Amino acid sequence: MSVTVTAILRPGAGRTPGHTAVIFLNEARYEFLKLARLPIYALSTIMFPVMFYILFGLLMNRGQELSRVGVATYLLATYATFGVMGASLFGFGVGLAGERGLGWLQVKRASPMPPFAYFFAKTVVCMTFSLIIVLILMTLGLLFGGVHLTLPQGMQLAATLVFGSITFCSMGMAIGFFAGPSSAPAIVNMIYLPLSFASGLWIPIQALPNFFQKIAPFLPPFHLGQLALSIIGADTRGSAIGHWEAMAAFALICLGIARIGYLRDEGKTYG
Amino acid sequence: MIAEIEQASPIGQETRTRPVVARLTNASKNYGAVQALKQVTLEVRQGEILAVLGPNGAGKTTAVKLLLGLAAPNHGSVSVFGGDPRNPDNRLRTGAMLQVARVPETLKVREHVTLFSSYYPNPMPIADTLAAAGLTQLANRKFGDLSGGQKQRVLFALAICGDPDLLFLDEATLGLDVEARRLLWDQIRSLASRGKAVLLTTHYLQEADALADRILVINRGEIIAEGTPSEIKARPAGRQIRCFTDLSIAQVRAISGVIDVKAEGDSLLIQTAVAEPVLRELLARDANVSGLEVTSAGLEEAFLALTTNPESNGRES
Repeated sequence: MSVTVTAILRPGAGRTPGHTAVIFLNEARYEFLKLARLPIYALSTIMFPVMFYILFGLLMNRGQELSRVGVATYLLATYATFGVMGASLFGFGVGLAGERGLGWLQVKRASPMPPFAYFFAKTVVCMTFSLIIVLILMTLGLLFGGVHLTLPQGMQLAATLVFGSITFCSMGMAIGFFAGPSSAPAIVNMIYLPLSFASGLWIPIQALPNFFQKIAPFLPPFHLGQLALSIIGADTRGSAIGHWEAMAAFALICLGIARIGYLRDEGKTYG
Repeated sequence: MIAEIEQASPIGQETRTRPVVARLTNASKNYGAVQALKQVTLEVRQGEILAVLGPNGAGKTTAVKLLLGLAAPNHGSVSVFGGDPRNPDNRLRTGAMLQVARVPETLKVREHVTLFSSYYPNPMPIADTLAAAGLTQLANRKFGDLSGGQKQRVLFALAICGDPDLLFLDEATLGLDVEARRLLWDQIRSLASRGKAVLLTTHYLQEADALADRILVINRGEIIAEGTPSEIKARPAGRQIRCFTDLSIAQVRAISGVIDVKAEGDSLLIQTAVAEPVLRELLARDANVSGLEVTSAGLEEAFLALTTNPESNGRES
């Protein structure tokens, strides 16, 4: 009996679910520290939406209205969407492209880290930064923009945006598996900025030329923006279910593309 | 008398009877048109240090990647602890130091080691890992603030922190100064003496000689010599052919059995294990071959010729 037990408990056999959970949490914790200490990430992903919001939502256009709500309230929803998208695309996409292309992901893959822990950590950290951005914008809007949100509204807005960031994490993952370490930031910017504009995150969609109104439904940030706008009481297009379905569909497509990249990696060599 | 026999028996002979923990069998690997490994068979045994010696681009890193389950062979098989290297239980018993161009720079040394240690159920205490890698004083430094040699030591720490039974060290001493290299060698020896299996790749014959129980010389994806350091050094290994020919270096290189070719003045110097088949091909391909000279070269010489190959100065791919 004892022989069998020692045979099963040979060095290194198995992990308890508790231990696996600890690894996931550790991975997320150090991923957060890593990005939080990286000024270019922490500053650029937080500063850009904050600056834009202060400029266009709080300083200019004071006291004006946009689809039944104040400009500061309207732009809170769209710039928060913009911020969430940036945190995820840069955090996941640029981070993954660099770590994959420069050999670090390979060190992780050779280690006993459960592979899913790596992607879990990146997702959780992007969601965390998304939440930070949403909370900063909300605070600014409430304090200086005359924004009125009930507590449930605020919580629903934050939850929607943070949950919606999963779609952008998937997009980041797809980019990260195909972009090179040095081209990734440029590629992300080339996707991020035009997509934000065309989805009505900078200028309200109804003020954009007809062309953009036609293509917007094919862009994921448009759908998250519409979901955010519906929570703060602005006029929106389409149904909430429809927007969530579109977000889920984009996420699945991106995950499919990322999977192709993940499998392709096995036949390649880096470094 | 018994003592004498034990003394006379080289370590390599003794380790040949120990259990095999990792094995490549007729493994080939192509990256597109490039054949990185050609039908390589190798075994790593418990408690032994196996050095895979070869110039950059010889296929050393590819062999390590196959054994780590980071790449799949196109032909042949890989077995680690009798199973698939990707098996999570096997990964828990394996440590690896790979060549990596960039490691997250904003994490501190202790944080990197703590995270990797947390992957294993029974890791070494963090302080022991840091001490073994000579990092105790640097524990609170960010990775990005370290020198090249210090960074290598962190990667070594990550490889050993789980107290693995099988350790892969890919060009581990690259960029280390003499003192750090000695420290690493001591650590590697002490791991092997505790029964760990170590496979290290290097392009320094001296390093393989100082550390390894067995050396496997590899070039252009093929194993060209195998044995204990003394066997390897004693081997009347290579032949050196000198001649004038109309063939280009690339054409001569394409002849099967040619290890290396370089130009010396107007003549070509060809390194090979056995001269006759190469000579036959050479004469068949070029009727104007002249000034033929065949000399025997020690492995040291042959190996020097390999490692000074001008096209292999870049990073291993």
